[in-house]
Amino acid sequence: MKMASPCDGTLSPTEFKFAAEALMKKWEECKSILHPWIWIPCPKLPFGAPDKAGGYLSLEHIHHFEFKKQQDCIEQKYSEEEVEALDSATLVLSGENETHYYNFHIIYSTSYKVPVLFFRGYHQGGQPLKCDEVEKDLPLYTSKLLEESKWTFITQEEHPYLNCPWFTLHPCGTSEWMRLLLQQRLYSSRPEDLCSHYLVAWFSVVGQVIGLWAPLNLVHCSSSSSSSDTFCSHT
Amino acid sequence: MDGSEAKKYVWEGAIPLQIHLHESEVTTLPAPPPALVLGPRNGYLPLLIPLIKPHFSSTLPPGLDTVWFDYKGLPLKWYIPTGVLFDLLCAEPERPWNLTVHFRAYPSETLSPYEGEDSVKWSFINSLKEAAYIMNGNCKCVMNMSQPDQLMLWQSVVKGDLECYTRIFSRLKFGTIGEGRIPVRLYLRIVSEKLNDLEDLPPISSWDEIRYINRPVELQKYGVCSLRDALESLLPELFMPKSSMRDLRMREKESGGGPSGIKSALGPDDFEVIKNTGDEAEQTHNIASTEVDSVESSCLKLIRIQGIEPNLDLPFSWAANHLKNPEHILHICLYILNNESQI
Repeated sequence: MKMASPCDGTLSPTEFKFAAEALMKKWEECKSILHPWIWIPCPKLPFGAPDKAGGYLSLEHIHHFEFKKQQDCIEQKYSEEEVEALDSATLVLSGENETHYYNFHIIYSTSYKVPVLFFRGYHQGGQPLKCDEVEKDLPLYTSKLLEESKWTFITQEEHPYLNCPWFTLHPCGTSEWMRLLLQQRLYSSRPEDLCSHYLVAWFSVVGQVIGLWAPLNLVHCSSSSSSSDTFCSHT
Repeated sequence: MDGSEAKKYVWEGAIPLQIHLHESEVTTLPAPPPALVLGPRNGYLPLLIPLIKPHFSSTLPPGLDTVWFDYKGLPLKWYIPTGVLFDLLCAEPERPWNLTVHFRAYPSETLSPYEGEDSVKWSFINSLKEAAYIMNGNCKCVMNMSQPDQLMLWQSVVKGDLECYTRIFSRLKFGTIGEGRIPVRLYLRIVSEKLNDLEDLPPISSWDEIRYINRPVELQKYGVCSLRDALESLLPELFMPKSSMRDLRMREKESGGGPSGIKSALGPDDFEVIKNTGDEAEQTHNIASTEVDSVESSCLKLIRIQGIEPNLDLPFSWAANHLKNPEHILHICLYILNNESQI
């Protein structure tokens, strides 16, 4: 699908659906040990209200891994090979302490015309995690940022379809940084590839914010040009 | 009623509230009488807590306050403006509106956390950002607000000070409502066809009974001009005569098409018929009209914006400009008849 508006960082609802299918496919191709993303159709709206996105992406029951260990590995203490071997999508079960698990939804916003990440954490027994418990699970850099911008970065909002509070990454800046990310690919890929690459690119940034690392080869799988190296080094 | 009068009318609108403390939290005898407060339509229930709490503080059980309100058992979403909650949940307007306040046992599984006035302030600012993005394609005008301006804008909402609000808002360069995308939030309440009186409507017991649609109206795309046109662009089948709806559903089943099959199922003549049933209404701009067009033929039983039941021929941009809430969003409550073809 050729994107109608590749340069401003936004997506139309149909482009979102297309990009979602591409992400699901590429995620599976990378043989991540995480569950696959699944597509959940939106509840039908009354009186013919169009909902062209038609649904949202869901990744559920992901056990939280110990972010601190992850931080050490990625930032300092191990060689590149050792880091690669981790293939960060792993679930390092804490053993002594209880592990939390998370559900992630990627939902299209008609106001911002971009995907928005919603997530919710749970105890082993299914009880939702409280705010401070979730904050402890976030990567260090994120929780620091959260301290500085408490109300505009990650907030608890009502889930668009489920009538209960979920955490969400505020989408107001998304189109701007997506525009920059996509521009790198603009000159080296076919326009059709831009749309299918959108969510992969988006997720590789957003996932890092909350500590859900995409399989390292997700980006490699989806790009065939050298711009992928530049892309990786930026994120 | 001209523009500035309408705005003043909206800003001064308030709901008389009678707030009862939940019986589980009453520790003294006799139980304290309810608190009587005026809740500004454009305000939010938690902002009234400083007025309410003194009434009950001596009777509360020990512990930390986690304030929330309910109406007939339904926990109220604190980020929805008071006036919208009233228009939506109180089918037959109750004066005063009887609400229950709780200071304990916050329903955190259903309601987003409330952490004091800042929660409401930031919910307001994030909504304002969303409205700015919808209209301008970016939220720069809000992001670039100085801290003092942001604080003053919020205070003008808390105090209901229209003059101060207008002064600061005009500095924002928000953009005018003329064409392009306009922020709208629809709250749909589905009612049974058999009901004759709004008073007989059973109260809402769960938010699952309300369909919420947060979707901008796009002006150029559909050549929208009236309130009816705007609603139709968001809910295309809303004004179809019920008989046409049944025919449409039958034709869809025969042709094997779903909702997307509307265009092929209806011919150009069908659209003429549908449009004409609305034109019988009086062509006035009287916003206080109590008549709702096409009530008999379509599924729309009631429309409420800022407590008014507006004439559907009202120019949409006028409605959006003068009836919007301070965060620049037009909230519309619709009571819609349950048609067996609608799920």
